[in-house]
Amino acid sequence: MSPEVEKKLGAAVERMPAFPKSVQRVLELTRNINCLPRELVGVIEKDPVMTVKILKVINSAAFALPNKMTSINQSVVYLGLNTVKNMALSFAAVGILPRTNAAGFDVQKYLMHSLTVASIARALANHQVVGDVDPGDCYIAGLLHDFGKVVFAQFMPEEFKTALLYCQEQGVPLHVAEAAVIGADHTVVGSMLAERWQFPPALVACIRNHHQEAGQDAMGDCLRMADQICRYRQFGDAGNPYRAGESTVAPQRFGQDLEAVIASLGDLDKFVAEAQSFAQVEAA
Amino acid sequence: MKIRFWGVRGSIASPGPHTARYGGNTTCIELRSDAGELIIFDAGTGIFPLAQSLLKQMPISASIFITHTHWDHIQGLPFFTPLYIPGNKAKIHGAYDFVSGSGIEQVMNVQLQYSYFPVREAELRANIEYQTLAIGEAVSVGDATVRSTLLNHPVTNFGYRVECNGKSMFFSGDHEPWTNIYTAEDADYDEYQAMIDARQAELDAFLQGVDVLVMDCSYTTAEYPSKVGWGHGTFDNSLELAYRVGAKQLICTHHEPTRSDDELERVFADMLTRVPANGPEVLLAREGMEIEW
Repeated sequence: MSPEVEKKLGAAVERMPAFPKSVQRVLELTRNINCLPRELVGVIEKDPVMTVKILKVINSAAFALPNKMTSINQSVVYLGLNTVKNMALSFAAVGILPRTNAAGFDVQKYLMHSLTVASIARALANHQVVGDVDPGDCYIAGLLHDFGKVVFAQFMPEEFKTALLYCQEQGVPLHVAEAAVIGADHTVVGSMLAERWQFPPALVACIRNHHQEAGQDAMGDCLRMADQICRYRQFGDAGNPYRAGESTVAPQRFGQDLEAVIASLGDLDKFVAEAQSFAQVEAA
Repeated sequence: MKIRFWGVRGSIASPGPHTARYGGNTTCIELRSDAGELIIFDAGTGIFPLAQSLLKQMPISASIFITHTHWDHIQGLPFFTPLYIPGNKAKIHGAYDFVSGSGIEQVMNVQLQYSYFPVREAELRANIEYQTLAIGEAVSVGDATVRSTLLNHPVTNFGYRVECNGKSMFFSGDHEPWTNIYTAEDADYDEYQAMIDARQAELDAFLQGVDVLVMDCSYTTAEYPSKVGWGHGTFDNSLELAYRVGAKQLICTHHEPTRSDDELERVFADMLTRVPANGPEVLLAREGMEIEW
């Protein structure tokens, strides 16, 4: 990466909004299994955006609650702290997406991609690599792995537009197109942003390395496999379509047969439905 | 109506000389309606001896109601042998899991994974149906009606009330009475307390006048402070509940796995001293115990 590109990326990252404190706090609190319920409720309630989102999902048809929930406290009484905690966690980090951009990058499809990758990465961590990795961390990694693309779309829209086209026309992976057009790919800018947001080093590294084959840990493997499955089955779209004949990622962990990995996850509709319920709230 | 307890232990099966009198199997209750309809509450390890007793009565039609999907309430399901035999019918009911976003149809699927169980779901030859219930939804099973209510546990837990020709019973599954997450000096304390009181009033109304109340009585009042938030009730708060709603009988179940028979009888005898003169008859659930009314 040339010094000019580095400077340009640094400036773009600087212009991204700060990671909401409340989201950071929710992540911190939920890492501690003994966190006090009232502390968690306090953090959520101080963030009106998160509060509204949680209530929207809880009051959605899928839950079929007999009463309308009007506060986080009431939701805790009804559904229990565990449920509310898990929802707050799912919303963490999704809420800071800009709605539109000049690059023609479809934020809604990007969000579906990220949310589905997140759910599947968590399921892989839960069922396939038990014990090696925290499933919650895999979810967050899935949610944020492509965030660099949002930075590009927002602050370098012309270049990113060209890269998206280059990827389509040349039939190369988007990160290769970005490197050719911009001089650096979304893993670089994404990990810079994650560093600025003071995410744990493992998460920063995971975002930084998610297009590398070598040296992956369990979290990286779960993320990359989930990403490949979502691109293969076209769950959402983050500008990087599946290419026929792509080799299966992380074969030493999951084997060579992508279809077999997919089959081991059971019905994938549940992951899509979960992602949809969150994406819809974001769009509303 | 008749009920029989096939598993009364909480958390984990606890066989051995210290639990021989009350039994070590985890939760399973068989209910027979007046017309003989078979209703099963939960599929802990107690469902295995129940399955063996049913082999003589095949083909069977079983309506299974799962209170919640924690292991001690589902782990016997793959050993419910009638599920493997063509001609039998089973309908499995349960709640929607808010966190995983799936209904009760996943209850077998999660257990029959290649590395953990040798049989695949496709090999279950009985006619098996799943029905995910909404909160408060009622299901007719022959001459009986089973209605769900949402209780308080770290995963969605339904209590079920059965009505049959004017007779009734309720099984809680696992339930901890709602507690205030604030302390008295916090600003939110009163508002939260009002919401808890409203929830409790809803449950009391749901249970009003029930004949037989089967409740999670895992802990004593003295043990409870270190178990807050674990999702289980105590002998004394179940007694208070039974008294408030005018239950004729309270049956205490979900025995703590480390509690020996002697210890169980000791804490139970202590609780009996607090049963009011006009209070319910109180019994300790025991494997093989039958109640008919």
